[in-house]
Amino acid sequence: MTPLAAYLIVAALVFAIGLAGALTRRNAIMVLIGIELMLNAANLNLIAFWRYSPHPELLSGMMFAIFSIAVAAAEAAVGLGLVISIYRHAKTTDVEQMNRMKG
Amino acid sequence: MGIVFYLISAFAVGGALAAVLLKNLVHAALALTIAFFGLALLFLRLDAQFAGFAQILVYVGAVAILVVFAILLTKGSEVPKDGVFSKSWLAGLAISAGVFAVLAWAVLQAAPALPNEAAAPAITVNDIGNALMSRYVLPLEIVAVLLTAALLGAVIVAMHEKERAKQ
Repeated sequence: MTPLAAYLIVAALVFAIGLAGALTRRNAIMVLIGIELMLNAANLNLIAFWRYSPHPELLSGMMFAIFSIAVAAAEAAVGLGLVISIYRHAKTTDVEQMNRMKG
Repeated sequence: MGIVFYLISAFAVGGALAAVLLKNLVHAALALTIAFFGLALLFLRLDAQFAGFAQILVYVGAVAILVVFAILLTKGSEVPKDGVFSKSWLAGLAISAGVFAVLAWAVLQAAPALPNEAAAPAITVNDIGNALMSRYVLPLEIVAVLLTAALLGAVIVAMHEKERAKQ
């Protein structure tokens, strides 16, 4: 196995674990944690492809990863704000009980 | 691949598994921190020092703290009696196992086409700063606007609505 393939396998494993967390947990915060793990796995892919690319001095993959980290931070802040807002309204963070769109 | 890679990978994957499986949400958040730290070490091993330290600063320093605050503000630290996994957990597990199988198959089937495995790229923070200020200046500005909008949006969404409470 080449080093690139090893890093990609690790990223796929972390992505699958994050997806399982986002799909199977009932707490909305745990769903967000699963999404964060998936974003991190994608970042690992970007960095690994950058490292083993023919022209790493162009910094394309690195810049993708840095911007992705910034966007993920914004996503986490808004997502957790939404969870707190929903908890204040419905007194629960269980996604299986959030089945109404009317307030 | 050296033993260090396997150790760090086991660290990251074990942290991610614990974050998903642990019942207590505070413990899950701490395991998530371990997973973020392991991924940052993998970045450092890939000669991406800036991304690795940005990962530690942003994820371990900010996102993990934000998650802990959200857990404490929503009383999520209490373990619910009727289980932490949803009723359709088997379908979710099957979907994620299928996704991993497809991804691993694609990675192992692909020919190792990228040749640059020997030389580590000599990238300094100076180069990254120059690239951010020249070629990537428009995405940088857009990210600045996005972060401002997200900050304001998060505050407005989570702000207590006193007017509605009075009615």
